[in-house]
Amino acid sequence: MTDEQLLRYSRQIMLPAFGYEGQQRLLAARVLIVGLGGLGSPVAMYLAAAGVGTLVLADFDAVDLSNLQRQLLHTSERIGMTKVDSAVRTLTAINPQVRLEAIKGSLTEANLAGIVSGVDLVVDACDNFTTRFAVNSACFAARVPLVSGAAIRTEGQVAVFSGQPGGPCYQCLYPRDGDMDETCSANGILAPVVGIIGSIQATEAIKVLAGIGEPLIGRLLLLDALAMEWRSLRLPADPHCPVCGV
Amino acid sequence: MIRVLYFARLREQLGTSGEGLPATATTLADLAAALRGRGGVWADAFALDQTVMAAVNQELARPETPVADGDEVAFFPPVTGG
Repeated sequence: MTDEQLLRYSRQIMLPAFGYEGQQRLLAARVLIVGLGGLGSPVAMYLAAAGVGTLVLADFDAVDLSNLQRQLLHTSERIGMTKVDSAVRTLTAINPQVRLEAIKGSLTEANLAGIVSGVDLVVDACDNFTTRFAVNSACFAARVPLVSGAAIRTEGQVAVFSGQPGGPCYQCLYPRDGDMDETCSANGILAPVVGIIGSIQATEAIKVLAGIGEPLIGRLLLLDALAMEWRSLRLPADPHCPVCGV
Repeated sequence: MIRVLYFARLREQLGTSGEGLPATATTLADLAAALRGRGGVWADAFALDQTVMAAVNQELARPETPVADGDEVAFFPPVTGG
């Protein structure tokens, strides 16, 4: 590490659990962020600021006025720009040392396998079950850990999946039965709720990459922000899961 | 007695964060059916076309999961947005 890096990251390097070694691991890591919206904004900004070596940024969408209430990566003058291009500008300004790779098309089961096998960790910050299931399958196939978060209205959920046999995986949590998609455009979202959930996703990603603490593996964290109450549930592997079951 | 908790959107929709119920139901599906039978917002929240998730004693559970006297059951909605 250069003197500039030692100073830039000094406030986390001084943490005994994280240290110089933790920073080295972050700098060497490649992370895929799926979705650059309400959750993806704090995830990408924290991971860039904290010095994750390479961020692979995936979003098919363009910045819209209605995004700006909560999607802190994007700004008023970038309406109409692709979210990936907008994110590159913000993240470069935060930390020019981070390598940024752009994926502007949609993620599909076909292209995810190749993308996921080339990263150390995936953060799922998207807004629909179809992509979430495809990301989960690709992560399990490639044995890549997955940090999954979701938020709507005034509530949110976070879990971490190891990607290893024995699970659980995302599909143990949500069996693929029926159409449960609800969108922020139809149901609304209180701005800082995506910030809370995305910040937890960034924290969990750093923990997994640096090998510190106890990640939310095998647990589901639920937030009810109106009551400001959390619940932590154990998440057993589903032995009949079509993705991770034996 | 089964301690039943309602979380997030369900808490708002049902107007209560929880209650104690006699342990007459033997599975989560039975319990949901009994709540559905109350009609009104309960019938809406636990309608068969609504996905409601649940945990028994802080562990994610399925409709066929047994429930018994002394258990804590928490119902909560699925979330996919972001």
